[in-house]
Amino acid sequence: MGTDHRAVWVIAEQINCHLQSVSLQLIGQARKLADQLGTLVEAILLGDKIEQPARQLIAAGADRVYLGNAPELEVYQPELYTQIAVNLASEQQPEIILIGSTDMGRELAPLVAAHLKTGLTAHCIDFVLDKELILEQRIPAYGGLLSIVCPEKRPQMATAAKGVFATPEPDDSRTGEIVLIDIPTDLPGRVKTLEIIREEPQGVPLETASTIVAGGAGAGDIDGWKDICELAAVLNAALGSTRPAVDEGWAELETMIGQSGKMVSPEVYIGVGLSGEQQHMVGIVGARVMVAINNDDKSPIFEQVDYGIVDDCRKFLPALIEQIKQYEEKKNTCE
Amino acid sequence: MLNIVVCVKAVPDPKEACNIKIDPDTKTLLRCDVPLVLNPLDKHAMEAALQLKAQFEARISVLSMGPPEAGNIVKECLALGADQGYLLSDPAFGGADAYATAFTLAKGIRKIGSFDVIFCGMASSDGSTEWVGPEIATFLGLPVVTLVKKIVECKGASWIVKASVENGYRLAQVKLPAVFTVTRELNTPRTLSFSGIIKARKKDIDHWSLDELGVSSESVGLKGSPTIVSELNAQEENKRQVEILTGTREEKTDMLVQKLVEAGVI
Ligand SMILES: Cc1cc2nc3c(=O)[nH]c(=O)nc-3n(C[C@H](O)[C@H](O)[C@H](O)COP(=O)(O)OP(=O)(O)OC[C@H]3O[C@@H](n4cnc5c(N)ncnc54)[C@H](O)[C@@H]3O)c2cc1C
Repeated sequence: MGTDHRAVWVIAEQINCHLQSVSLQLIGQARKLADQLGTLVEAILLGDKIEQPARQLIAAGADRVYLGNAPELEVYQPELYTQIAVNLASEQQPEIILIGSTDMGRELAPLVAAHLKTGLTAHCIDFVLDKELILEQRIPAYGGLLSIVCPEKRPQMATAAKGVFATPEPDDSRTGEIVLIDIPTDLPGRVKTLEIIREEPQGVPLETASTIVAGGAGAGDIDGWKDICELAAVLNAALGSTRPAVDEGWAELETMIGQSGKMVSPEVYIGVGLSGEQQHMVGIVGARVMVAINNDDKSPIFEQVDYGIVDDCRKFLPALIEQIKQYEEKKNTCE
Repeated sequence: MLNIVVCVKAVPDPKEACNIKIDPDTKTLLRCDVPLVLNPLDKHAMEAALQLKAQFEARISVLSMGPPEAGNIVKECLALGADQGYLLSDPAFGGADAYATAFTLAKGIRKIGSFDVIFCGMASSDGSTEWVGPEIATFLGLPVVTLVKKIVECKGASWIVKASVENGYRLAQVKLPAVFTVTRELNTPRTLSFSGIIKARKKDIDHWSLDELGVSSESVGLKGSPTIVSELNAQEENKRQVEILTGTREEKTDMLVQKLVEAGVI
């Protein structure tokens, strides 16, 4: 393929031989950018026994997968993973590298960027090529959208969260090359992953929930927060939060929705005691029905929802929960 | 003796930062006069250092890069119990992205000279990139563990820490000297004590400029930043036409339950 541009890369990730969905979503973005640049999409995938996920990357749009397939790569090893990516990138000089903002990606991306002496943009929600074919990395900020560019250094590197971009339809007839890579052995061995333990998440997972109850600073204290949790429980909804709720220690970081948290796409979203700040709201993609409960009728959240309740959530929620329980009971006795 | 460096940042008070908005006409930032405070996650980095100091013979240096006003947060860390404060301040440092910030802080750490453990908050409340800790480590040629939520073993020169991963943890072993970025779960930061404030009055802050760091103005601040903001656009938020459900509290709960039934939730 005759082109002035080097490839667009994705550093993909697998957990227990399952590709992370964000890796596939970024292959979709890389495909779009590579087509405009007239170049190839290439991915790096590291792990053990991962030929199948490598083929999945090709079906999603990759032209070439650099595959590190060895027992010592089974889980994220910072030195090994960084060295492999840095060596390959120094050799191949890709134009762009995209990485998912997973717990691994958030550490690996800056390690690779700093080694390659290049820039890195976090939490992107859109990638666009400008007139000079430089990558505009768009992030929400200050109630608007910032475009960040890395005009001189290469590669141009960026991270994006799971769920920001659509997962491409797999095309199993696509062909691509799988290139096995050598595994460096001359590492200092100063940091090692001993084990990674993941538990089954409790409750309804946010990413796939059809109903989400999200709470914010307006809960006031842990008792107010418990009401929000109970509302989520009676509605069989997933519990979401804003940053202040996490900062207060009421909610786990895993429940935070937004730019630096999770991207969600529920059918129904109910926001309680939160103001509708942009960094939270960008995390809610395409909800069919949005509801807000807030005691300030001028809160910006009321411009972004379909139904609004102006009330003190600490008084309103117990009444609402009671009402829902009664309704459910009635429904059950009628059936 | 364990030499600890804590990197801290002065950020616009998160409680007021939402008032900083883009003026849609001029595409510049409005209301930039928000007061600077110690980045919330850096309080946990400071607390981690103080807890080590309670266990071992240790010396805590606090390092910040920022405008002269950032001296206040370095003072605050001295009052919390740090031994020595350093502020990297020079107009040339302005406009730095994460890369140039980490580069400059790494130079500062080198100049401080002795370091076994470097703590950073996992992210700042204004930038929120999480890049600075790992990039400092790279510039210093040190190992790093990000998102540390528990220090399991810290007796010798080889530590074991628990780092946060989704729905679980990663157990990592790391040889000192090393960089750690810390999460909220690691500890509960102490609050300032009156006696601490009094003691801090006697402690000095070293101010280092570009010349004192001995770096070229090309490698710091805006000039040393690979990334730049190319455009600032005001964005129409996803506006919806809201129906406010009014009435007594009972009427409101009735109406909302009805809407939730229609939406298929109940
Ligand atoms: C770079 C960056 C990234 C960020 N990423 C995220 C992110 O991913 N996710 C996120 O959530 N935030 C994020 N933030 C923070 C975000 O800007 C807002 O600060 C946050 O979303 C606001 O949360 P909130 O609505 O709960 O709090 P507030 O804005 O303080 O709103 C509280 C609301 O509660 C209402 N209220 C108060 N008392 C009551 C009551 N008794 N009953 C009913 N209502 C009441 C108030 O009227 C107010 O509207 C980020 C910020 C930055 C700078």
